[in-house]
This record gives sequence, C-alpha cells and structure tokens, in this order.
Amino acid sequence: MPQYMLSVHMVEGDDRQPTQEEMELRMKRLGELEADMRASNTWQFSARLHGPDTATVVRKVDGRRVTSDGPFAESKEHLGGFYVIEAADLDEALDWAERTVDATGMPIEVWPFVATAGH
Amino acid sequence: MSRRPATSAGAPGTRRVSRPDAEEIGRIFRAQSGRSLATLIRVLGDVALAEDAVQDAFAIALERWARDGLPPNPGGWITTTARNRALDRLRRDRRGRELLDEVARLTPDDGELPGDEFEEAGGGRVVDDRLQLIFLCCHPALSLEAQVALTLRLLGGLSTEQVATAFLVTERTMAQRLVRAKRKIAAAHIPFRVPADRQLPDRLDAVLGILYLIYNAGADQPAPLGEPSLRAEALRLARLLAGLLPDEPEVAGLLALLLLTESRQAARYDEDGSLVLLRDQDRARWSRRLIAEGQQIARACLRRDHPGPYQLQAAINAVHADAIAFADTDWPQIVALYDHLLALDPSPVVALNHAIAVAEVDGPQAGLALIDALDGLDRYHAFHVARGELLFRTGDVEQAREVLVRAAALAPTDATRRHLRHRAEQLALQQPG
Repeated sequence: MPQYMLSVHMVEGDDRQPTQEEMELRMKRLGELEADMRASNTWQFSARLHGPDTATVVRKVDGRRVTSDGPFAESKEHLGGFYVIEAADLDEALDWAERTVDATGMPIEVWPFVATAGH
Repeated sequence: MSRRPATSAGAPGTRRVSRPDAEEIGRIFRAQSGRSLATLIRVLGDVALAEDAVQDAFAIALERWARDGLPPNPGGWITTTARNRALDRLRRDRRGRELLDEVARLTPDDGELPGDEFEEAGGGRVVDDRLQLIFLCCHPALSLEAQVALTLRLLGGLSTEQVATAFLVTERTMAQRLVRAKRKIAAAHIPFRVPADRQLPDRLDAVLGILYLIYNAGADQPAPLGEPSLRAEALRLARLLAGLLPDEPEVAGLLALLLLTESRQAARYDEDGSLVLLRDQDRARWSRRLIAEGQQIARACLRRDHPGPYQLQAAINAVHADAIAFADTDWPQIVALYDHLLALDPSPVVALNHAIAVAEVDGPQAGLALIDALDGLDRYHAFHVARGELLFRTGDVEQAREVLVRAAALAPTDATRRHLRHRAEQLALQQPG
C-alpha cells in the first residue's frame, strides 16, 4: 500500500496563540482523527516537532563533523509535525488530509513515499 | 499520399480487400485508439507504458493494415496488439516481472482483456474506461496546465507537438510537462477511477472547466484551424462525456454551450481577421445545424429543472440564436437568465454581462451604473469595451473613445485589438444614433 506523509507547516510571525477553548477542541479532534487512523490501519507514525530554533544541522567537512545551528533553509515556513499514513491511493490520502485540516485548521501537505521493498 | 483506386470486383465470392493508405490508417487509428489506451492504463496501471504500447501498435498497424486491409474490429485489434506489445516490453524489463504477474492475473487465458470495453463497477454501474481516464487527466492534484496537456494528449490523441503548438510552448517544454505529470500520477498513486459520489460534483466541475478552457483556447484563434483543432477536440470530448454521463445536466449544458458558441464561429471574424461583435455579425453565416442541435440539448437539460452555470449560459446563447437580427433579441429573457446565473455564480465577469444585458432593456445609463459599481475588472478588456460602448450611447463620445483605446491596450489577441482600435477611430467620426 502506498504511504504518504501528511505534514503541517508553521508560518513564522503567524503565531497567534489559540485560546484555551480552541486548543481543547483541536486536541479533541486530533484524538478522534488518530483513533480512526489507527482503527483503519492507516496510521503508521506521527510526531510533533519543536520550533526551528531547536534544530541542528550536521555536515562533514574534510572528514570532520561540523555542526551548525538551525534547520537547512532559512525560510518563513517550517515543518511543525506530520503523520505517516498508508492509503489505497491519493484520493484516500486526500480524504485523511482534509480531516487533518479540519482538526488543525492548517493547510496540510500530502507527499508520497518512494515504495521500498516490503511495501 | 493519394488513395489507391479501388480495383473492380474480382471473381464472384472473392472478398475485396481495400487497403488504406497511411493517412487513412492514421485517422482510423486516432479515432479508435482512445478507448484502447484507457483500457490499457486501467489494466497496466502505468500511463507511460500504455502509451508506448499503443504507439507500438500504431507502427504495426501502418505496416499490416496497409498490406492486409483493415481488421474487422480496429478498436479490438489495437487493444489486443498493444496489450501484447506491453507484455513483451515487461518481459524484457526485469522490474516489469512483478507487474507482469499482476497483468496476467487480470488477463484471462483466451487473450481477451477483462471487460474489453466495459467493466462492472461497484453499485452495478457500468463504467467506460475513458470516463475514468477523464477523471485521471483532470485530477485537481495536477496543475491546471498539466491537466489540459494530459487531456489533449491521452484523450484527444493529439501528439505532443500538436499540444505544444496549441499552447505556444516548445515541444520540449510540453514533453517535460507531460513527463512530470505522468511521474506524479505514478508516484502519488493518483487513482484511475470515477470519484466517490461525495467528491463527484466538485471533480466533475473541474473536468467541465478543463473542456471549456480547451474550447476557449481554440476560439481565440481566428485563422482556419488545421486538424485537429482545440475547439473540435473540446466538442468531441464534451460529446463523449455527455454520452458517458447522460444523467448530469451540467455536462449536457456544457455541450449545448459549446455547440451554440461554435455555431457563430464563421461570423466571429471578418476577412482580415478582426473580431466581429455579436451585434454586427452576419447571422446568415451562423450554422443552423449546430444551433438546432445545441438548442435541442439545452431545452432537454433545462427541462430537468436543475439549472447550473453551463446550462444557463447555454440558454442565454440559445436566446441569441433565436433572434433573426440583433434588434430582435429577447433581452428581458436574457436579463432573467443572467439574474439566475448571477445568483449561482456571483463573479464580476458574470455581473458585467448581466449589466450589458440590462443596458439593452433599461438603457445605457442603467447599464453604466451597474458597471461602475463593479470591482476588480480594471485589467479586463471586456470591462472597458462595455463601458466604452455604453458611454458612446449616452452621447459621451470623447470619453467613450478614450475607454476603447484603453480596452485595445489590454486586449488578449490581435484580432480583438484590431477591432477595438478600428472602433475607437470610428467613434471619433460618429454621433450616437
């Protein structure tokens, strides 16, 4: 079965804090969504990420490890979290993405995985 | 190439074999291969492989049909031949083995493809492969440009070069666009099926939008069009879709709209290629045959009483087609139809056309008042054309001329630009009648 990453991107400067009530509603919807994903064997993995200022980049320069602060790209947008799901096809993945939009109130990017042996 | 003269009948009982030339083979192949390609895409699950296989079959047809004459069922011949060529290609390719097993499972031993033409789908519906292919080509996960290109290439059977020429890009650019789109279909697993009922209205809307866009891209080309033209393709695909989805009134509405628009094509441009407005067109040059067909379809779908934007636009065009001269136009009826359309689709362009119709019923001042209240059309030439013509009719010749010059600068095509420059010059010499 094809696998997809459903990811949410945070936009810098767009950090209006949700009210307590909004936050609770969001958590409730995400809880329901994840329960449905698991019940249908759709859910593979999910994670929420800390902010971009906590990311570190590792390179090798002349055989020596060099670390630097921050994510790869200086951009206004950064990955905030993601689901990895299994779905029959893109239409099914888009249906789950729509539910994720409803739960988070954010646009969701749907990105197919390259098939690997065993999938 | 000239066609071989048919030889006189041979001995009694001998079947005369007519041997088609390459041009005729090309025409027959193009007309028949769409369905074969759609079936192969379903069976193989791979657009590029299916295309290559059909292309292989064409090379074989050129040789064999010219030698042995047409097979009794060219469509079936193409499907079987292309299927066999695809299997050959897969056997040669290691990575194809896995897919080959799958195809073998789907292909009964007698060599017939499963549901050669039709397949029983869920809910007892019979689904034509070409319908699923239309929804694949017009999938909203693809860019609009890619949707148009795929539709013309896979359903219209246009060559990459022909699609490139129609959209004024190089063949290389178009080939890359098609390759990218096919790669996304494969990588993202865009499905080959008719969308679920819940999604169908939106998805069908997108398909109709693509066909209308293809038609309009062709309508801006005044020169006699080489075969195949975008307008002819859009009409052919709209007919196909109306046949596949006979219960969708908006599909019939689009077909009627295209037929009625096409009926005026011969009158839309004068000898030097300038645009001729509806009011000035020589109505004797309208195609009565297309009008009759379009009006009949428009009436039939409106009787179902589920009017949508395409049906209403068809109805508006049907009213124009009824008028022997511009002065005979039933404008109150057209205003009523635009009122309805505006309620369904409150876009500025619809509001502009509504205002133009109102001006014909209630006078230029009433139309101008509506037009001046519109927002967001300042870069749209038709907005300035309408304003200019109405200003002229209120007697404000000088301002009318200025507005038309502005319209000409924004015009999308040479034909329109020429018409508007000419009109602006004319106004300077005329007084409103």
